[in-house]
Amino acid sequence: MKVWFRIQRYDPTKDKKPYYATYEVEAAKTDRVLDCLHTILWEQDGTLAFRRSCSHGVCGSDAMRINRKNRLACQTLLQDLNTRRRILIEPLPSLPIVKDLVVDMTDFFKKYEVIKPYLISKTPPPPRERLQSPAERALIDEAAKCILCGACTTSCPSNWGDPSYLGPAALLKAYRFIFDSRDDGAAERLSILDDQHGLWRCHTIFNCVDVCPKEINITWHIAQLKKAAALRET
Amino acid sequence: MSVIKHDVVIVGAGLAGSMAAVQLAKDYDVALLAKCYPAQSHSSAAQGGIAAAIGNMEEDHLHWHWFDTVKGGDYLTDQDAAKILVHEAPETVYEMEHMGCPFSRTPEGKIAQRKFGGHTRNYGEAPVLRACYSADRTGHALLHTLFEQLVKHEVHVYPEWYCVDLLVEDNVCRGIVAWNMRDSELHVFHTKAVMFATGGGGQAFLITSNAFANTGDGLVVSYNAGVPLQDMEFFQFHPTGIWHRGILLTEGARGEGGTLINDAGERFMEKYSPKLMELAPRDLVTRSITTEILEGRGIGGKDYVYLDLRHLGAKKIMERLPEIHSFIRTYLGVNCITEPVPIQPTAHYMMGGIPTDVDGQVKGGDAKDKDVVGFFAAGECACVSVHGANRLGTNSQLETCVFGKRAGRRMAEWLQDATWAPLPAEPLARINERIARFDAAPGGVTQGAVRRDLKHLMREHCGVFRTKEGLEEGLQMLQELKARFARIKPSTNHGEPYNLDLKETVELENTITYAEVMITGALARQETRGAHARRDFPKRDDVKWMKHTIAHKQPDGTIRLSYSPVALGEFEPIERKY
Repeated sequence: MKVWFRIQRYDPTKDKKPYYATYEVEAAKTDRVLDCLHTILWEQDGTLAFRRSCSHGVCGSDAMRINRKNRLACQTLLQDLNTRRRILIEPLPSLPIVKDLVVDMTDFFKKYEVIKPYLISKTPPPPRERLQSPAERALIDEAAKCILCGACTTSCPSNWGDPSYLGPAALLKAYRFIFDSRDDGAAERLSILDDQHGLWRCHTIFNCVDVCPKEINITWHIAQLKKAAALRET
Repeated sequence: MSVIKHDVVIVGAGLAGSMAAVQLAKDYDVALLAKCYPAQSHSSAAQGGIAAAIGNMEEDHLHWHWFDTVKGGDYLTDQDAAKILVHEAPETVYEMEHMGCPFSRTPEGKIAQRKFGGHTRNYGEAPVLRACYSADRTGHALLHTLFEQLVKHEVHVYPEWYCVDLLVEDNVCRGIVAWNMRDSELHVFHTKAVMFATGGGGQAFLITSNAFANTGDGLVVSYNAGVPLQDMEFFQFHPTGIWHRGILLTEGARGEGGTLINDAGERFMEKYSPKLMELAPRDLVTRSITTEILEGRGIGGKDYVYLDLRHLGAKKIMERLPEIHSFIRTYLGVNCITEPVPIQPTAHYMMGGIPTDVDGQVKGGDAKDKDVVGFFAAGECACVSVHGANRLGTNSQLETCVFGKRAGRRMAEWLQDATWAPLPAEPLARINERIARFDAAPGGVTQGAVRRDLKHLMREHCGVFRTKEGLEEGLQMLQELKARFARIKPSTNHGEPYNLDLKETVELENTITYAEVMITGALARQETRGAHARRDFPKRDDVKWMKHTIAHKQPDGTIRLSYSPVALGEFEPIERKY
């Protein structure tokens, strides 16, 4: 079948402002949006820029705005979209554009680094593994699934309004360690999060949950952090 | 041209590269450079586990693991290297756990373990619980753990910098040339040591589990700089890829009890591996599936068979295999709890690579060559060789961590008295010549067409089963493909940010070279060993072929093959039955 794409193009070194280009692609309904972007790049227009690697929703590199919703191009099949109309492809919102669909992730990863995203343990490691019960492990199962694609943080209106807001991805990572039974860094992390640009900037809008390609209930995790922060103060 | 100086530059931020960087970060100025962001590396796509005979759930022994690895590799494995791999496995897995890796747990809170192909108790008796796992996201869990350590140790990362050349002169490595994707500028890295951890090249094949980034760059960059490649004809096809897409469905699915079914509803592995059934090593299972399909017993006579998980039940599937449940739903529209899953073998892993010793030091290859001073490699791009002719599942994640660490530690020792070797007079000469060649191309041929034909060619002519005629025809077609490649003219070429078209042209040329080395080695090796199956030579031939292939690039661009001995010792080569 024939499918039409309307893709936002922008080369900041040349263009005054972003514009849209339309492409026609022959595709099957089970094709991924990513397959169509490759057809355009390899057969029609080599100047198009986008990120991708694993092509099945694990590496997290091809998050983009597809029909005004943040999704992974490799995890979105044409049959999931209305293909009678042009499919609108835009870069993730709120981040600077490097070119076309490639956004600058520097700020996203800076916020990740702020929350000390590594296990902090005050005890020397035992000769074998640290023990952790299946129930304790289950507490961090969802949070540890995150692929850092940026779909959540860039879909969050609180993040659009407050560029200093840590955002859902960084908060989810903070949860992953604070609620890890092996970690001793909860207090130092919570004092970073317990801030108007931290936890409390989350207004439970649930955009992050709607767009997460790994179906993580991020807002629930942020709520647990809010509880932990509130209890810490009493 | 800007020159950037670091003590050491590591190319590739997957498990092996990140592990090495963490070892060096405290004492040296280390740069970690990758063509993607570190957490996007393809190590994240590994699913089923990391092998270590820690015996958390049943009796297991290092010696059993060692034997399985050697036999699994069809005795092309260097036995001394494999010993290090399995002996350092327990401490490596514990180290990853101490760093925070979220492994799945046993009821007692220990690291959970599952069965995997070719890993057995008591020297082949039955499958053993050896693969330490984190549901079916083990690679993701390990990679993110190491990425977190990169942040903790403040490693200097260059994300989306693409390494296009290795600077070696008089057998001494002096640095690399890399291209910053952000502004498309070329930069020279002047270093005391270089390490490659650049992964594999599955993109040479039509149906592959590999990421788009896996174009064989690191191998070809070092090959073009005069470093030979070892055992490149040994390429593993994973038995269970999602039909048509090639997306990996972990062997852990069979480790948890999944079965393989043909059109007649038979568990056909009974015929091929009565003892281990679906948990035979990958080369054997892949040949069995391919035989069923070729003999018309694919489902409905088509090119797939079923992976059946239905009897595992919803609870076990959602607990232990949630990720593949989601892949199957997304890409096939199939619910694996209630329906069988169409699968076919998928190009997965390269056993060969840049020859190294057990500390990551790159060897010249055969006895006549010297070490390449200051050049190290680990992970899939390296050939230690611990996998021989066929890798066992979960031994690759183990290899990246064990040998990434060893390479890092060796570099730290080596750097204590290393000096700066001067840069070559014209470090950009080779890449500039390449770009000028693209500029001067007439055009009229698209990258897409050449890439597609290459992938078909490799699948048809250098796939699961190989013949002299097929390989010769493949080589012939590859020459025609090269002529067509020479016409490709990238549409963007100078200074545009994120210049994908030019990058992919370089990548495609690398993949063509990679394919040529693979076919050449496969044509020469007149035997069937591990993943290299020749229809015309169906038996292993230890008299003539118990040796490693070493491919050298000649000054005129042609390939010269030489051979080097296999390190034998503990285990006498026996017939490989399962």
